[in-house]
Amino acid sequence: MSDFFTVALLTATLRMATPLVFAAMGGLLSERSGVINIALEGMMLTGAFFAVAGTHWTGSSWLGAIIGVGAASVAGCIHAFWCITLRGNQIVAGTAINLMAAGLTAFLIQIIWGRAGGTDSVSQLPDVFGGVNILIIAAIVLVPLVHFYLFRTKQGLHTMASGESPQAAESVGIDVTRNRYLAVVASGALAGCGGVFLSIGNLSYFTIDMTAGRGFIALAAVIFGGWTPFGAAAAALLFGSAQAVQIQAQATSGFPVSPDLLVALPYLLTLIAVTGLIRNAPAPAGLGKHANAH
Amino acid sequence: MPDPPSTTSPAADAVVMRNVVKRFPGVVANDGVDLTVRAGEIHALLGENGAGKSTLMNLLFGLYNPDEGEILINGEPVHFHNTRQAVEAGLGMVHQHFMLIPRFTVAENVILGNEGPDSVLDRVAASRRVGELASAYGLNLDPDAKVGDMPVGTQQRVEILRALYQGSRILILDEPTALLTPQEIDDLYVILRRLKYDGGTIIFITHKLREVAAVSDRVTVIRRGKTIGTRITAETTAPELAELMVGRSVLLRVDRDEATPGEVILEGTNLVCIGSHRAETLNIASIQLRRGEILGVCGIEGNGQSELIEVLAGLKTPDSGTLTIKGKSVIGENATGFRRAGVAYIPEDRHGRGLVLDFPLWENTLLGNTERAGFTSGGWIKSGWIRNLTTDLMAKFDVRAPSANTAARALSGGNQQKLIIARELQRHPDIVLAIQPTRGLDVGAIEFVHRSLVETRDQQKAVLLLSFDLDEVMDLSDRIVVLSEGRIVGEFAGATADRAQLGLLMGGRAITTTEAAD
Repeated sequence: MSDFFTVALLTATLRMATPLVFAAMGGLLSERSGVINIALEGMMLTGAFFAVAGTHWTGSSWLGAIIGVGAASVAGCIHAFWCITLRGNQIVAGTAINLMAAGLTAFLIQIIWGRAGGTDSVSQLPDVFGGVNILIIAAIVLVPLVHFYLFRTKQGLHTMASGESPQAAESVGIDVTRNRYLAVVASGALAGCGGVFLSIGNLSYFTIDMTAGRGFIALAAVIFGGWTPFGAAAAALLFGSAQAVQIQAQATSGFPVSPDLLVALPYLLTLIAVTGLIRNAPAPAGLGKHANAH
Repeated sequence: MPDPPSTTSPAADAVVMRNVVKRFPGVVANDGVDLTVRAGEIHALLGENGAGKSTLMNLLFGLYNPDEGEILINGEPVHFHNTRQAVEAGLGMVHQHFMLIPRFTVAENVILGNEGPDSVLDRVAASRRVGELASAYGLNLDPDAKVGDMPVGTQQRVEILRALYQGSRILILDEPTALLTPQEIDDLYVILRRLKYDGGTIIFITHKLREVAAVSDRVTVIRRGKTIGTRITAETTAPELAELMVGRSVLLRVDRDEATPGEVILEGTNLVCIGSHRAETLNIASIQLRRGEILGVCGIEGNGQSELIEVLAGLKTPDSGTLTIKGKSVIGENATGFRRAGVAYIPEDRHGRGLVLDFPLWENTLLGNTERAGFTSGGWIKSGWIRNLTTDLMAKFDVRAPSANTAARALSGGNQQKLIIARELQRHPDIVLAIQPTRGLDVGAIEFVHRSLVETRDQQKAVLLLSFDLDEVMDLSDRIVVLSEGRIVGEFAGATADRAQLGLLMGGRAITTTEAAD
């Protein structure tokens, strides 16, 4: 038992938390700008798939990563267009993107690789600094960057104002539509980064539904973390560690708790997080509210 | 930091609007309005709801474009296409519904949209600048306090500060006293006089005559989209202004005889409600309603009023205590039970609770009456009979609408309110709960509602009047209780109540401390 809590567990936690941190930062930006984003799951899946497809087409995992992030940004654009320009229901739009991403990736696996279930292996994103993936570093750096952006820049203040009260923001000449577009597209790109890490960062292939609810867990982390970057990142780490413990426990013979129960652990934590039992901050006041029609 | 408003020549006209016309589909909101506001004066813009005051100010502030006419600011013709241009020309607007972000601090709200050229915010410097400007104008605001934690009057000061920060020299205040307590209104007057002293020009939109007299130098009256006249406040009278505003002479004070209180019809003791976080939201040791009297309840919003009314209307069961109507306990009854016991309820939220806006008027008349004779028969709605009843009520209560089949949504606020009052009084209740019955209504409709309540009292019914308008409570009530933090902190006979005393009790201060301060 003593070797259960090892460096291996720690790195596993980081590996599990990284995609969550990316998606959570994306979700945070979108929600802080006032757009509900339950499409994180679909955006991650899109990023994960197109990273593999891009690597397959170009032979370069770097270009693959860029293509993956780009594809997820397109998903962000679709969500933004539906939610902001068409003033559609944001939950419906998010659900549509999630379903579309699941269907499209499964379909394209058939088209490109001629089989169902998963892709062939492609080259991984290289590790740097002695075995640490570059995207793990990026995720760690991202959190204070998002914090600085939101709380220390003019653009960040405008983003939050758009999310708190679109009417008040417009009354002082802030372009709410523009700010929300920026935030939602950025959330697509960031969720895409999380997806890229899942497929060609951590592994080297894509399988159907490989995000397995991580987009929703990331959204739970945003809520759990009180819509702040450090809070959301801490929540993502907690959820990531739950996943890591479960993986480690499955690999440890004679672990006293059933692995099936442990598999449920991160999802249970997510449920607790979104029930409102542990809520320390209210949601942005203008979340889901449309700006004035002109 | 923007320059503080400088003193302009007192003779100059800050704002001139000439023959301004604004049409909306089906209605002419402004039909050739003239308005001249001199620099350095406080100019009241008086008119009933729907008279076109807000439209006129929205034209001035660049939210709409006029169809005809011209606007001059400090002698220069202007054509604003958005509010930003209006702000650059020195105008500032304090909206009736504040355009503030509760989660942001005072400084964040003030600088929002005017952060300066740098992409990175210097929060310390911004906070210092905002704090300095606030103290320069005696606004007494902590730049780092969260706006959402502040009382409404303080939030309004943040809106004023923001306009000053934007460099406004001409400040438009849209119904600025609507949400304020009496003390906050007095504080606002002090601030406005101070701004005037510093050379600012103020346009003060209101439909309350008392405010015109209290703060303005001149007043322009608007009725049905037209300028009726401009007067020097000191040289006019409230009856003259009321007549200009309504177009006929109006009874400003309700004519009523002494009450002849009868038996106690409703009695509550030790009524306690527990809210979230186990805090007591209501703790009434004793409350009584008598036949033939109007009991006024005053207090600052959020001091247990909604809990008290919900308990008395049967919408909420108190966590403890007793409540009897005509000697019978009604604890545990729902709203239907209370209505059967003789309670009529004129709710504060006429759109949410009073009416179903998309229903025609006759169906709204049916609401709450489905079990009464005449309305239904064997489970079937007698729509013809109800339509006739509604038509009768519309005539009797002066509800102006094309027919009983018109959707409630199509009516003005005053007519909606009159329909609710008609429906409730038609039940011949013993107890009438009237909550903010004249909120947002104009002088003519207010007169009607007040008269209805006094008539109801004179029919030996009990009336409970809850209002945030202290004048209304004092004018109508035979007895007044003050609510503060869910408790009754004072009770007065209607005739002996004193504004300042009520105001202090509403603010939660005991009378003894004010005497000590005097």
